[in-house]
Amino acid sequence: MEIVGQLQKQFVDFTTSLYREGILDGQFVELQKLQDESTPDFVCELVSEYFQDSEKILTNLTTALQQQVVNFKVVDDHVHQFKGSSSSMGALRVRNMCIAFKSLCEEKNLDGCLRCLQQLKHEFYLVKNKWETLFRLERQILEAGGAVPFVDYRFY
Amino acid sequence: MNLLHVIGFGLKVGHLLLILCCWFLSLISLNWLTNGGIMSNKSCLPGDGDKPWLKVWEQISECGSKVHHYYSQFIGSRKVRKNWWRKLLITWIGFGILASFTVLWYMSSQAVEKRKETLASMCDERARMLQDQFNVSMNHIQAMSVMISIFHHGKNPSAIDQRTFATYTDRTAFERPLTSGVAYAVRVLHTERDQFEIQQGWTIKRMGSNVDQTPVHEDEYDPAVLEPSPVHDEYAPVIFAQDTVAHVISVDMLSGKEDRENILRARESGKGVLTAPFRLLKTNRLGVILTFAVYKRDLSFDATAAERIEATSGYLGGIFDIESLVEKLLQQLASKQTILVNVYDTSNSSHPISMYGSNTSSDGLHRVSALNFGDPFRKHEMHCRFKQKPPWPWVAITTSVGILIITLLVAQIFHATVNRIAKVEDDYHEMMELKKRAEAADVAKSQFLATVSHEIRTPMNGVLGMLHMLMDTDLDETQQDYVRTARESGKALVSLINEVLDQAKIESGKLELEAVSFDLRAILDDVLSLFSGKSQDKKVELAVYVSSKIPPTLVGDPGRFRQIVTNLVGNSIKFTDKGHVFVTVDLVEEVKELMEMERDSKRTLSGLPVVDRRRSWAGFKIFNQERSTTSSSLGDQINIIVSVEDTGQGIPLEAQSRVFNPFMQVGPSITRTHGGTGIGLSISKCLVHLMKGEIGLASSPHIGSTFTFTAVFTNGCSNFNDPSNKKTPVSSEFEGMRALLVDLKPVRAKVSRYHIQRLGIHVDLNQDFSTLNSRKKTVNMIFIEEEIWDRDLGSLTTFFNDLKKVDPSTTPTLLLLSNSISSTRSSFSAFGVPTPFVVMKPLRASMLGASIQRAMGVGNRGNYRNGELHNLSLSHLLRGRKILVVDDNRVNLRVAAGALKKYGADVVHAERGKDAISLLTPPHHFDACFMDIQMPEMDGFEATRRIREIENTINSQIQCEELSVEAYGNVLNWHVRILAMTADVIQATYEECLKCGMDGYVSKPFEAEQLYREVSRFFQTLPENENP
Repeated sequence: MEIVGQLQKQFVDFTTSLYREGILDGQFVELQKLQDESTPDFVCELVSEYFQDSEKILTNLTTALQQQVVNFKVVDDHVHQFKGSSSSMGALRVRNMCIAFKSLCEEKNLDGCLRCLQQLKHEFYLVKNKWETLFRLERQILEAGGAVPFVDYRFY
Repeated sequence: MNLLHVIGFGLKVGHLLLILCCWFLSLISLNWLTNGGIMSNKSCLPGDGDKPWLKVWEQISECGSKVHHYYSQFIGSRKVRKNWWRKLLITWIGFGILASFTVLWYMSSQAVEKRKETLASMCDERARMLQDQFNVSMNHIQAMSVMISIFHHGKNPSAIDQRTFATYTDRTAFERPLTSGVAYAVRVLHTERDQFEIQQGWTIKRMGSNVDQTPVHEDEYDPAVLEPSPVHDEYAPVIFAQDTVAHVISVDMLSGKEDRENILRARESGKGVLTAPFRLLKTNRLGVILTFAVYKRDLSFDATAAERIEATSGYLGGIFDIESLVEKLLQQLASKQTILVNVYDTSNSSHPISMYGSNTSSDGLHRVSALNFGDPFRKHEMHCRFKQKPPWPWVAITTSVGILIITLLVAQIFHATVNRIAKVEDDYHEMMELKKRAEAADVAKSQFLATVSHEIRTPMNGVLGMLHMLMDTDLDETQQDYVRTARESGKALVSLINEVLDQAKIESGKLELEAVSFDLRAILDDVLSLFSGKSQDKKVELAVYVSSKIPPTLVGDPGRFRQIVTNLVGNSIKFTDKGHVFVTVDLVEEVKELMEMERDSKRTLSGLPVVDRRRSWAGFKIFNQERSTTSSSLGDQINIIVSVEDTGQGIPLEAQSRVFNPFMQVGPSITRTHGGTGIGLSISKCLVHLMKGEIGLASSPHIGSTFTFTAVFTNGCSNFNDPSNKKTPVSSEFEGMRALLVDLKPVRAKVSRYHIQRLGIHVDLNQDFSTLNSRKKTVNMIFIEEEIWDRDLGSLTTFFNDLKKVDPSTTPTLLLLSNSISSTRSSFSAFGVPTPFVVMKPLRASMLGASIQRAMGVGNRGNYRNGELHNLSLSHLLRGRKILVVDDNRVNLRVAAGALKKYGADVVHAERGKDAISLLTPPHHFDACFMDIQMPEMDGFEATRRIREIENTINSQIQCEELSVEAYGNVLNWHVRILAMTADVIQATYEECLKCGMDGYVSKPFEAEQLYREVSRFFQTLPENENP
């Protein structure tokens, strides 16, 4: 039981740090709320789908920016997609990076875009890493027979 | 319309006055002018007087028309007008100068003319007089010649000698006023000379040779000195002479050149003949000599010159001293001083000989009158001129100067007026500019405020969130306290920011009310629960009562309505330390009917006196209108009236008028004691106005205040629910149960009953246990006011015992309605009375439902948390609905679908706009569609547009019965609800949504409240059995 308590505390601390660092926002809480007995793996599935989707987009973006003549419209569309899914997932920092990326696209700033792409990748892998950790913790808690605590970001 | 008429009339009258003024001004000058004209034109033609009048009249009319012109010009554009008035001003001044000069010239020429005429008449008069006198003298001399002819030559011896002649001529000198002397010379031939000389006793003398040119007659020297006349053919020695010229006797007149010519001409013509003027020696004055010939016999008129010479017997000469004579003559006339007279002999026209007058150079004005002295050989003229130079034409000068001054004055007035108008206009434009700038600045300020407030909110959320998290960590008591305080302060700050934001929004006119259907009762419950903690702490009873006539759903802006009520209730609670705060919601019509009913002031919720709430709406228009104007008749319009009554400290009378002004509080001390910005009531007022309502208050110090406002909503369920289904129970599980309510106070009982009834429970009301009997077997629960419980426990026990006797198996649940947790509930279970569940006031349907559930152990443990209400309602709305979600982003799609599924909806996915079109082509079973706007290939707008086109075609075909209704699910009018999903929630997007046929939009990711708002607009709660 003690192990569960420890894990739960670790989980809460970790989740709180995610919100504190601005990696995630309230939207993720909303997603968690959507998960109930009927759909126990809703969030997990969603996140993995997000990973797939995003990695595809990142590949596309990399390709698009390596073209001889960069079509910024295409780049912008990809970034928009990415922004949409990220905001739906509550991946706040990725989303913010996408917004910055979009404005660079509008300026047709290739150098900026390339730099931004690197940062975007960095942010994406960061959030991916965090989520994976989060789900590992969750699994551990469940395996240890405890209940996953619910961390509500919305205090107000 | 009337106002316009009045303004028009005023303008006309003003115009008339202006013209009148102008006319009056001109009239003054006119009077003056005509007076002057008459004075100067006394002897002029009467017609001349009319001319200035006419001129002035022209001026007036011109002036009038000008004024009128300017007047009408004001309507024209400013620049054009400026040029116009400048030109007109110059024209007017030019005209004025011209007019004054014309008048000056005209009047002075008139004066000159008149002067000339005066001179002419005077001159002619003098000439005529001179001529007349001369003629008189001449005639007399002629008469004398006749006399000499008769008495001297006709008689022998002569009847006349020198003495007789001298006496006679002296005595008849008055007959010849112009002559200074008369002499008679007889014709003596050379042959008769000796005899004649002997007879007379003297020799014929000749005139001095030295005076050939200018013969001298009346000189001092003795005739003896003169030489005897040389031998001539004939002689004309003077024999008779008047005494004044006695010295010429014996002088031969023919020896003088002038006299000789004279004599010769006289005897040839038989008429009086004049010499040229010459200087008389004796007096050194100018004179002329008139000579008449005396004939021996009467000669016929046509006698020849030779006959006349032959018949001549002598010559009579008269000396005219012209100078003295003219002077004498002029002295007899008046105004001798005013003119100068010159008389000239102009027989030799190139050398006129001056006979009278100083030979001063003549100035412009002089008059020449011809004189006829009866000698055709000689011509005489009289020249007259004024002694003084012509006087300045003062009348003309003053008149013209006057005209000039008046013109300039008018111009000045006009100029000043126009300048003033221009200045005022400039000022006005400047003010307008400033006003615009000020308004822009105000808007900018509001916008800035809005932005800043918004920007502050975001970090504040972070602060609050962190504080909340901090509270969950391990903290000791003190730290907990600090954090709590910090969090409370933060919350207060956020609410303050929200208020400021609202105020800024209202000021910048950006606040728009929504129109969604909402449950008014639920909102009031929310407000109540918000303040429940505070009211319990303060031991103030907080209650709400909503009239049963208010429809369950209204369409309006629930958020703003809640804000108003929250403001008012918050205010009331802030200032109330004991007693109650009571919110009542009625229909306006209901209150109107109730107004006649007297209300017992003692029977209030807490028993404390309150102010008469009717006073708070005394100024409302809706009540002051005629009763007959039924505002409810306007279709679905619902006029509600909300009163918030408290028993607080009240508002001082002098501050009551100020409380609705922004940032106004009753006094500075209030701010210190109670905090707050004083902005809440102002916002409430604005919001109430936006809801087409009014707000008012009635307050008495130390009794309490009542705030009342009205608002207009539309009935949200008129199309869906029949009137029987009026009460939508929050939860249907208590349907059909019966409850007994025991309460002393009717007002409180009414409130309690209202809440219990909302749960679908039938309520029997009893004042007391003593009146209860146990025949009510089916009572499921009993609500008892704490007051009664404390007081009347005994009778309660009896009652329960009775109840048990009747039916021991079913014991009604006992619920105690309590105001505060801390109140001591004395040992109640002792007497077989079941332990009551304590229901904390304020009562709300949800809380009451949960309490009853707990107490009775029925149903699932429904979790009526704050904010869950929407989720609940959403489930109501969406359960079983078939909804299509269209989004190209799979993650988003899943999230949206997950959210909708959570509320029980049946969700179908589509990833492309084209898929959506094919899915939504009728017939289909979708209730709604959530569509992403930004999609590749075909965006949401386009997809919606196409869907609408397809629907329209099918609808028209169905209506034309080209397609069978049955094939299309018996739906006559296909219109699937399409909601846009968008991340940017700006107004333009919303309008775009509506334009392409969407029904609304929700922001992405979903927010429960907004989703509810949008969905509730077209989904009414489905009864369970309707689910597919």
